[in-house]
Amino acid sequence: MRQTISVLVENHPGVLARISGLFSARGFNIDSLAVGETEDPSVSRMTIVAEGDERTLEQIKKQLNKLIDVITVTDLTKTKFIDRELILIKVGIRAQNDRTKIIEIAETMKANVADLGLHTITIEAVGETSHIDDLIELLRQFGIKEIVRTGKIAMETESREKPKTIKEEEE
Amino acid sequence: MTTKMNGARILVESLKKENVGAIFGYPGGQALPLFDALYHSDLKFYLVRHEQGAAHAADGYARATGKPGVCIATSGPGATNLVTGIATAYMDSIPMVAITGQVKTFMIGNDAFQEADIIGITRPITKHNYLVKDVKDLARTVKEAFHIASTGRPGPVLIDLPSDVQLAETEFHYPEKVSVRGYKPTYCGHPGQIKRAVKMVSESKRPVIYAGGGVILSGAAKELKEFAEKINSPVTMTLLGLGSFPGNHELSLGMLGMHGTGYANHAVQNCDLLIAIGARFDDRVTGKIDEFAPHAKVIHIDIDPSAISKSVAVDVPIVGDVKCVLEEFLKIVHRPHDKEWTEKILEWKQKHPLNYKMDDRLRPQYVIQQICEATKGEAIIATDVGQHQMWTAQWYNFMRPRELLSSGGLGTMGYGFPAGIGAKVGKPGSEVFVISGDGSIQMNIQELATAVVNKIDIKIAILNNSYLGMVRQWQELFYGKRYSHTKLENPDFVKIAEAYGAVGIRISKKEEVRPAIEKAMRTKNTVVMDFIVEPEENVYPMVPAGKRLDDMIGSMA
Ligand SMILES: Cc1ncc(C[n+]2csc(CCOP(=O)(O)OP(=O)(O)O)c2C)c(N)n1
Repeated sequence: MRQTISVLVENHPGVLARISGLFSARGFNIDSLAVGETEDPSVSRMTIVAEGDERTLEQIKKQLNKLIDVITVTDLTKTKFIDRELILIKVGIRAQNDRTKIIEIAETMKANVADLGLHTITIEAVGETSHIDDLIELLRQFGIKEIVRTGKIAMETESREKPKTIKEEEE
Repeated sequence: MTTKMNGARILVESLKKENVGAIFGYPGGQALPLFDALYHSDLKFYLVRHEQGAAHAADGYARATGKPGVCIATSGPGATNLVTGIATAYMDSIPMVAITGQVKTFMIGNDAFQEADIIGITRPITKHNYLVKDVKDLARTVKEAFHIASTGRPGPVLIDLPSDVQLAETEFHYPEKVSVRGYKPTYCGHPGQIKRAVKMVSESKRPVIYAGGGVILSGAAKELKEFAEKINSPVTMTLLGLGSFPGNHELSLGMLGMHGTGYANHAVQNCDLLIAIGARFDDRVTGKIDEFAPHAKVIHIDIDPSAISKSVAVDVPIVGDVKCVLEEFLKIVHRPHDKEWTEKILEWKQKHPLNYKMDDRLRPQYVIQQICEATKGEAIIATDVGQHQMWTAQWYNFMRPRELLSSGGLGTMGYGFPAGIGAKVGKPGSEVFVISGDGSIQMNIQELATAVVNKIDIKIAILNNSYLGMVRQWQELFYGKRYSHTKLENPDFVKIAEAYGAVGIRISKKEEVRPAIEKAMRTKNTVVMDFIVEPEENVYPMVPAGKRLDDMIGSMA
């Protein structure tokens, strides 16, 4: 099972180490982790995608919640949310018409050309993880030289029902 | 107008505001300003002889009094020497505030002399830790540290204080209140869950209460007794739970688990309802986990949500403070008393009591029984780790909470003696005994100096079997008696005691035991009793690791 967890944390040094330390010490697997400041500069939001069975994921959430620097933990999988990821893909140009083919694919996939070189072309794309994965597959035939992904960021969408934080769920 | 003070002074004033009764510590370069501030204060400070001793003494102080223990060390090696003591307190949820000196802020990260990243090192073994970089944050940090250490599920908190911050000046305001937005422990259990649990209790035919250290930490011994009596349920305890329920009560089953009593383990394996209170289903308690309490529904009361359903599936989880939850239970709980179950258990207790060979030999269990009788079971007992620890759990009848101090979770040899010192400092009116092994005592034997110099009236009983006994027992049973590096050649403990200025007594015959204990109790000094006991005595009953709880060697089958 894969879960997207959104964690609000105190924005000060050492918090990231605390979170990643928790994952490594307890043998939890992180698929991706993205961090950034929120509208409140004293708070950062981490979007964590983690893999595990039900019990492990439950423990991950409880253990995160136990950290003093963690303000709230929200399991987005239990709500409606949108997620995005940014990717840079550097593709090699081997044949003459590769360049046009690649640009065509990029356009259809709503991706942009970020850099154009003599031997490579770098595509940037923003989208849901599945969309990004599709793009990679389409470009694979040209020979992918390098991939950089930011990891997923996610945000709850407006809905009438507010998802419960873990603290509320316990009550 | 408030006057300015430096960070060191602010720390000292903050400790005073927290009513800190004793500090255990050891000085060094990066803690010099702090020690200078201590010099000018009237805080009680105990100079240990190794920082590990300071951490354990703070821990023992906390376990005996219920107040957070405080220890101080310098940066680098001083700080790393605290680590075992901090980890010990963390595993057993003991409130502690550890303060370390650190190199100057601008030197941090430069591999400066005596620099260690103690924040990084202690991150997984503290409830929380702080590096204070600005003196303006110091008072608030101390306030938060004490609050976090002693509330919710308690635990150690470390404050790392660079020496330039100790010297920097600001105005001192000690905050009245703390607010940490990420920290709001739940105290009262969910009423719906409590109702469900109460219904389960009323319907159960064979309940067992399984009480852990959480009962003691939450101060709920009185409520536990009322609860057990009201629902007429037998009570078994973990090592850390001993004393949460009177050992001589007819409903007491003593300790369960690997070296628990036969009747406790059988009661658990046969019960239809297990009420776990402030306990965490440690593997030394459950034996083979998927066959633990196979017929039972499980109610689990714990203040830490992450302790619930961690290793055992729970039918009714209740997150909350044990005392608070039990008070709610007591208002509504009711169970028709049927005698069948309690009579069955009584029969098991009578037929299969704990036992050892009664002969002329000086056996360790006998020594503990005699200590128990001589102190009327009312002393504070600090143990180390090994066979003597398990014999203490089995043969000393703990009647009250906070009277057994033992490293349960981490199993730290070297814990007992300094913890006993901390306990005596916190509870000067109590008789304090340390029950140790000839291996363990040597891990912090240097604290004899601390005890003697500070006139700490503490009695150390070494159950001297010339082995690392517990390891030897495993080697005997599971490694074909190949005693690999477990035979000890020991120094003369009586002479060591005397060299430090303590009193030493050697006991090698059964009839000398009681007189020696009584003499030690009359002696107003640190006393070391070297009991030369049967070298190859084993702790029974025993559930071999990974076996079912009622699959015991040396008890009812
Ligand atoms: C610091 C530490 N090192 C090693 C161990 C492993 N260990 C557990 S019990 C034990 C033997 C203890 O021997 P002793 O103190 O003489 O007590 P006895 O078992 O003989 O009563 C050892 C080595 C431990 N628990 N703690």
